[in-house]
Amino acid sequence: MAKGYSVFSLLRHALKPDSPWPMAWEKPTPRSSYDVVIIGGGGHGLATAYYLAKNHGITNVAVLERNYIGSGNVGRNTTLIRSNYVIDGNTQFFEHSMKLWEGLSHELNYNCMVSQRGQIVLAVSPVQLDVFARRGNIMRLNGIDAELLDRGEVQKLLPYLDYSKDARFPIWGAIHQARAGTVRHDAVAWGYARAASQLGVHIIENCEVTGMVIDNGRITGVDTTQGRINAGKVGIAVAGHTSEVARMAGLRLPVESHILQAFVTEAVKPIVHHVVSWGAELFYLSQSDKGGLVFGGHIDGFNTYTQRGQLFKIQDVMQCAVSLMPFMSRMRLLRHWGGIQDMTPDGSPFICRTPVRDLYLNGGWCYQGFKATPASGWTFAHTIANDNEHDLNRCYSLDRFEKGRELDDYGIGNWTYKQ
Amino acid sequence: MKIPCPHCGERDVSEFRYGGDASRQRPAHGTGDLKAWHDYHFTFTNPKGPHTEHWQHVLGCRQWFRLSRNTATNVIAGVVE
Repeated sequence: MAKGYSVFSLLRHALKPDSPWPMAWEKPTPRSSYDVVIIGGGGHGLATAYYLAKNHGITNVAVLERNYIGSGNVGRNTTLIRSNYVIDGNTQFFEHSMKLWEGLSHELNYNCMVSQRGQIVLAVSPVQLDVFARRGNIMRLNGIDAELLDRGEVQKLLPYLDYSKDARFPIWGAIHQARAGTVRHDAVAWGYARAASQLGVHIIENCEVTGMVIDNGRITGVDTTQGRINAGKVGIAVAGHTSEVARMAGLRLPVESHILQAFVTEAVKPIVHHVVSWGAELFYLSQSDKGGLVFGGHIDGFNTYTQRGQLFKIQDVMQCAVSLMPFMSRMRLLRHWGGIQDMTPDGSPFICRTPVRDLYLNGGWCYQGFKATPASGWTFAHTIANDNEHDLNRCYSLDRFEKGRELDDYGIGNWTYKQ
Repeated sequence: MKIPCPHCGERDVSEFRYGGDASRQRPAHGTGDLKAWHDYHFTFTNPKGPHTEHWQHVLGCRQWFRLSRNTATNVIAGVVE
């Protein structure tokens, strides 16, 4: 197995083209028992396994993935990272994630192509600019970078937007987070998998969990397509299918599965140098290194597990794109796809203990799943290792609706299909 | 996806508003048990398979009705009385 990637290993393999690069992570046969079993080999599950080994010294860990590594939502998102959340709890959690992103390539010895190109969220009314000013103040009070831009400053940075007097949503200004940006999503999965594997974690692909073994309110193992695996502790990290997996443990959760679509155009020369989000509708866009414009909008609006999006939402998102960036009307869409996400009544996730002893939940990821990956794994590992939440994820408990502690960052209310 | 409105016939999904799981039972008026209200309000069965749900033909006859749809395939079995 490749121990370290460096300029020397690159040269060595360049000079000896007949020596293949070793596998990035081991493909072990599962043991009959582990200290911790993580269900789900996506970004969050792999990050959890990595931080369990790295931060807590728990290396007798298996990550069970029903498909292959990188096949799920970690490879289906729009790769954005940012930490511009307003509500206490979210603000600190996502900033922790941003700090982990900033050092991730060195941490994992794997180039995750973290590109802090900055995110600009456009305000389309003076009231919205006031709201953004408040958001910026909250961010700065928490030590997070934020800058308010007026219309002239936005025009300098983003000259290709519609600034005409006929624009349906005139641009009044924006809030800019310079440290936000994009990350190569596949590299995050591969990097965490390789780093975890080097610390002794077993990554078991094509192994679907089919049942949970619960004895006297305590989980002792899981049944899989590769047989029963006993476990001291079990973590669920399967966002998109959280309800289905939690049902095996008899849990009914504040989660509904919804489809979110994403789109890529043909490749063009560099034009969009930031992540651009729009205040008029939920719309966000960035340009990939290959040159395609990558963008997305709102969820389709009804619960489904199919990964096929509806045409009306494609039309909605295209209207947003052309309304904001008129030049896009002449571009061709290369492909589009849908991913299934866990919508929660307040649009915030769960990283917590569950009513079943030794069973832990990491789910409820809606829009923020990818950008949360490092902090999600970091805090989930802490929660599993200590059987207690860290201060950073104490707010993401399952009982927050009972206690009146919703984290409704979007201010929409408890409607999963409107969040 | 096309949805069979009981009054207008089959129309595109974009004419409809989704109204959530129709199999949930609202606790009786005066129920004092807050846990029952919490479970009704905040938790979901969210099955991967057959699902009965509310829809309103908001850009048509504006009728509310119940529909049976498979969430794994989006195949619609029909309107449920």
